[in-house]
Amino acid sequence: MKEILKAENLGIEFGGVKAVDNISIAANAGEIVSVIGPNGAGKTTLFNLVSGVYRPRTGRIFLHGKDVTGLPPHRLARHGLTRTFQNLQIFFRMTAAENVMVGRHLYERRNVLAHLLSMPSAARQQAESRDRALDLIERVGLRAVADRSAGSLPYGALKRLEIARALAAEPEVLLLDEPAAGCNPRETEEIDEIIQGIAASGVAVVLVEHDMRLVMKISSHIVVLNFGRKLIEGNAERVKNDPSVLEAYLGQKRERVRAVAVDR
Amino acid sequence: MSQLLQFVISGITVGVIYGAVALGFTLIYNASHVVNFAQGEFVMLGALLTVFGIAAGIPYPLAALLAVGGTVLVSVALFDLALRPAGNAPIFALIIITIGASILLRGIARVAFGTSYFSLPPVAGGGPIAIGGAVLLPQSLVVVFGTIFIVVVLRLLMQNTLLGKAVIATSSDAMAANLVGINVSSIVRLSFAISGAIGALAGILIAPIALASHDMGALLALKGFAAAMLGGMGSPVGALVGGLLVGLSETLSAGYISSDYKDATAFIIILLVLSAFPNGLFGKGGYDRV
Amino acid sequence: MIASRRATWLLQGRGSLLILAAAVLLLPLIVSTNFHYRVLVLVWVFSLAVIGLNLLMGYAGQVSLGHAGFFALGAYSTALGPPLLNMPPWASLPAGIALSGLVAFVIGRPILRLKGHYLAVATLGFGVLVYMGLSNEIRLTGGPDGMRVERLLLFGWSVRSNVIWYWITGGLMLLGAWLALNLVGSPSGRAIRAIHDSEVAASALGVDAAAYKLLVFVISAAYASAAGGLLALFNGHVTPGLSDFLISIQLVTMVVLGGMGSILGSVVGAALLVLLPQVLTFLQDYEHAFLGLIMILTMIFLRSGLVPGLLKLLTKDGHEGNP
Repeated sequence: MKEILKAENLGIEFGGVKAVDNISIAANAGEIVSVIGPNGAGKTTLFNLVSGVYRPRTGRIFLHGKDVTGLPPHRLARHGLTRTFQNLQIFFRMTAAENVMVGRHLYERRNVLAHLLSMPSAARQQAESRDRALDLIERVGLRAVADRSAGSLPYGALKRLEIARALAAEPEVLLLDEPAAGCNPRETEEIDEIIQGIAASGVAVVLVEHDMRLVMKISSHIVVLNFGRKLIEGNAERVKNDPSVLEAYLGQKRERVRAVAVDR
Repeated sequence: MSQLLQFVISGITVGVIYGAVALGFTLIYNASHVVNFAQGEFVMLGALLTVFGIAAGIPYPLAALLAVGGTVLVSVALFDLALRPAGNAPIFALIIITIGASILLRGIARVAFGTSYFSLPPVAGGGPIAIGGAVLLPQSLVVVFGTIFIVVVLRLLMQNTLLGKAVIATSSDAMAANLVGINVSSIVRLSFAISGAIGALAGILIAPIALASHDMGALLALKGFAAAMLGGMGSPVGALVGGLLVGLSETLSAGYISSDYKDATAFIIILLVLSAFPNGLFGKGGYDRV
Repeated sequence: MIASRRATWLLQGRGSLLILAAAVLLLPLIVSTNFHYRVLVLVWVFSLAVIGLNLLMGYAGQVSLGHAGFFALGAYSTALGPPLLNMPPWASLPAGIALSGLVAFVIGRPILRLKGHYLAVATLGFGVLVYMGLSNEIRLTGGPDGMRVERLLLFGWSVRSNVIWYWITGGLMLLGAWLALNLVGSPSGRAIRAIHDSEVAASALGVDAAAYKLLVFVISAAYASAAGGLLALFNGHVTPGLSDFLISIQLVTMVVLGGMGSILGSVVGAALLVLLPQVLTFLQDYEHAFLGLIMILTMIFLRSGLVPGLLKLLTKDGHEGNP
């Protein structure tokens, strides 16, 4: 399996607190890597580091073996990495279709003069982007609301819209920050299918999620964080039964946790 | 040498006024995260209301008191009539509102007071004092010590009274402050009132030295903002220090480089500081929560 | 929903060009005096500047309190072009645009890294510096008294007639509106609007936010400069007052009143703020106070502006994006 994303020894601190301390993570094509951990463990900070929103204090990031450490998000996108956001960064004043069309930015010719003068090439570009966008919108089940203002769509739809938008950029690495947060079981199920479809098409998916059933069900590999450090990683079986993971989430004493784990 | 001393004296004198304006900015910004572009108008109102009070026959001290009171009313009105109705407006809306208020006040002052320049009799009498070849007006001393006094009192109040702590809490996290029972609206209103009072006092103190007119607020606000940025939008002492820096750079550059662009100094400072520190000198880093 | 789609097209989309063209073509049927034509020239000139500023404020979400600086740069370019560089007046207009574009490019990079109040004050500082430069460099600019501008020559005729200027400025305003509408509906326009809504998401999708913000800044400067140049050629005279803070504020108010993010709104805002003082002559002394009041009231009661506000009234679930 091709390793597309590799991040080594990432670290950053805010005001003296090590939000992320020496974390390494990797993702191969077609894999779904989930990053889990209690609140404040550093998951979103890790995402922000990998996606270029923050500059790491320590560590390096590689895409296809190329060192991309410190590159800003728009350059990383050009290298094939994009992401969605925990707190929905939808373009609320545009329609659903327009949102996804922005995702086609990397594939549109950026000839401003042609745009200003409304030349035929610009119109062709527009049509092409719109077609691609509509395909993706269809894929996430939002065809019916494609031309509605994003601000008028329900939460669950917006979560899927963000994914469609990220896919429009044809990424090789896709970071999904809590894609199912706040979704009911049916919506979560839809999203889980979408994610599996994305991985099946060869994209390396890195996921932050709290929904354990989703995580255990679809992940090839799970990384557990706590207090900014990597606690343990492995497949679902290994992580599910590890006492230190339970302790991190539930804060229980070792003995009690072992007892519970054995009982299971 | 005496020339340098003269520039320093003037620099400190105006600098302290810029510091007072900066103080006003800082107070309001801390309580509400609004930069009050009308701050300069408070200074103008303090000065001009006193002038007209005296012209109407009211004795100086009473006129000054009434002027401060009037300005406080205006500043509170600004909060209650212009800012509070806007609710949770985005930043550009708040900017436009306070600029609009600034222009409104200036426009009214223009009609009420006319476009001429006015002066006030100095608080401290006696002729100019000669120091090392430079000239020091007693009024300058009043300005400097008066402003320092205000800053010290404010600092003490903020740190040692419950009200002061409420202000600090509000500026740190308004929602949390609200949740612990602090009436955020009242705190913000109070900060506007205090800023109005400080501004008015600054105007009354400086009018005997520099002339006052209906549009003096514009440049003052900008220089005060420069001072606030330099000193960090957090502390009263910082505001004062920032003001001194701006005042001194202004008089020194006017003296040694060119007096044509005296007023530009503050801007150049702003632009330089911001190009190096996009969040201000003491700004809290640029990490957006995503 | 057909009615609301039509309304959106008309007020927000390409249809607004129709409305504007109709206005330009039909107004001469109602106005007659030279003075009226003069006022309308001012409306078209300011509309042009406001369209540009609206691209910056309404679409890109940046604020500029110093746009009069570019306005004045354009105006003074037409004043200085002929005597300094032996240019014919018509050439000094595009030269001024190029100059403003260049200045915008140079100061834009550092300035646009700023946000909110800092950006506002930095742009304000730019405007003030331009004002000071124009007032102080007397040898070059004639100082506070300003300087003469050589008249535009078209086919050997010196263009002075208010009527001819009406058509020139009206036509150029329409051109400016057309270009702006094209930009807004294009991929670049989408990128710009995306940056406004969520810069972080736009970046994650490959949009170079800094570059696009700079682009819009330069374009808006070009518009302001063109407007200033036209005004200078029309008046035959320029003064530093063209870069006054108050002009910057008037431009901002026009954007805000007419509607941020609305090309049609830009013209409406400009028209209102130019025409109202003419109509309400008793306001003469209170002009500034009135301006301030409008700014405050608009932000409290009609934050999206007149044209978007009207659109919201006419459509049910809010505007449906750019068609």
